Amino acid sequence: MPNVDLRQTALRELNQALHHLRPDTNETHWLIANPDGRHAIACGLDAAISVEIEGNVGYYCAGMNKLANVVINGNAGVGVAENMMSGLVHVRGDASQAAGATAQGGMLVVEGNAGARCGISMKGIDIVVKGSIGHMSAFMAQAGTLTVLGDAGEALGDSLYEAKLFVRGSVKSLGADCVEKPMRDEHRELLHAKLTAAGLNGEIDIGEFKRYGSARTLYHFHVDNAGAY
Amino acid sequence: MCGIVGLFLKNPALEPQLGAMLGPMLAAMSERGPDSAGFAVYGRDSDAGGVKLTLRGSDQGALKAAIATLEQALGETFTSTARDTHTVLTVPASRERAVRSWIDANAPGIDVVSVGKRMEIYKEVGLPARVAQRFDLAGMTGTHAIGHTRMATESAVTTNGAHPFSTGNDQCLVHNGSLSNHNGMRRTLEHKGLHFVTQNDTEVAAGYLSWRMSEGDSLKAALESSLTDLDGFFTFVVGTETGFAVVRDPIACKPAVMAETDDYVAFGSEYRALVGLPGIETARVFEPEPATVYAWERA
Repeated sequence: MPNVDLRQTALRELNQALHHLRPDTNETHWLIANPDGRHAIACGLDAAISVEIEGNVGYYCAGMNKLANVVINGNAGVGVAENMMSGLVHVRGDASQAAGATAQGGMLVVEGNAGARCGISMKGIDIVVKGSIGHMSAFMAQAGTLTVLGDAGEALGDSLYEAKLFVRGSVKSLGADCVEKPMRDEHRELLHAKLTAAGLNGEIDIGEFKRYGSARTLYHFHVDNAGAY
Repeated sequence: MCGIVGLFLKNPALEPQLGAMLGPMLAAMSERGPDSAGFAVYGRDSDAGGVKLTLRGSDQGALKAAIATLEQALGETFTSTARDTHTVLTVPASRERAVRSWIDANAPGIDVVSVGKRMEIYKEVGLPARVAQRFDLAGMTGTHAIGHTRMATESAVTTNGAHPFSTGNDQCLVHNGSLSNHNGMRRTLEHKGLHFVTQNDTEVAAGYLSWRMSEGDSLKAALESSLTDLDGFFTFVVGTETGFAVVRDPIACKPAVMAETDDYVAFGSEYRALVGLPGIETARVFEPEPATVYAWERA
């Protein structure tokens, strides 16, 4: 089990070592000490390994992640797990802005709160935030699910496409074209599956959530708006 | 881009280390602002009747010559402490106006960077760690301090464009972002009698707060009204003789991380700036909410 102290080893050296792992590597569990808020730790992984980071990380941690399971025992800076393709990223503290931005797959779990623009332009990732999320979250979100156990800030789901948003607490305001939608059985099943995947099986009452989605009025050009161009 | 750091000590036992704590915070933000750097340090009030004028000249020789001529012209001598291109001149409060008038009229190469009972401001062009070293920041003591590393976008890379900006005694402000209504606001404030030295947007924000506080607002109230009256992107960190405050614009465009312990409140544009602080591992680390004023006052 490799132990890497980022006060002793250069970050670039660590990231290159992680990138060079072969699919059948025996080094499947990495411990990273003293991240000290450095940017781009464990970015671009492409192997089914576990990486555990002890402390607060800077920007873009676990960005572009594929297959790997990255645990951050601390807070994450801007853009954690941005453009993730698959795998799991687990933030034990709070996440800053743009958590899970543009991500196409995999799961991001945030134990604390996530800042503004959580899941902005998400394209298939499943995000579960146990605390609350900031303003403009799920802006132009295209696919995937965003589940929030706490509250959502202003302009949730502005210009939303087909991502599904589940919020247990209050929503300060909805963005353009984002509306509350009825929770049907298929949505309850979906939400249950995502909560279970995030390790919350049976702990949460699904009946407390509301579902938000796109009203689909911005999808097509409307002739009444011709004068605006 | 720009980087901001700030430190407000709650535990007086740390006061001798204020500069030594702020220096590495400033250096850690070099990548966000390598053009120039500056910092304001609020020292202990050593001389109750005195006002500190922080003067800047092209070099120590120019400052010495100007101060000698000033003392001769006014027929008085003042205490001065030289640090590289800056000198802190301590004058009796009753003589502040006379000294400043004389400098304005007779010493064209000398700028008054700051005025205050406790505040001293140092700023120069260059890498932050080098700027801190030139002024011996590590040796400075006090209760709170604010620093800035600049990557210029709105005006030239000059010492006058470096932060902190001060538009009132013991008041200073550092800014990450850019304001979009600063020209109109500058004109409004000039009508109210404020005087601006640069074309910089941040100086207008500092002037706005000075104006609000001169109208009786507390630091917190002044920052709350800035959320309505100033348009643009901003994270501000502001110091007064006894206060320290932080505010971000309503969409939180610019980054901010804070840490609070029983001993201090610390601010950094990024967490990297805070990693060297004592007890950071167990500090409460959080991001200030948008459009929310965080303010601390010394008892």
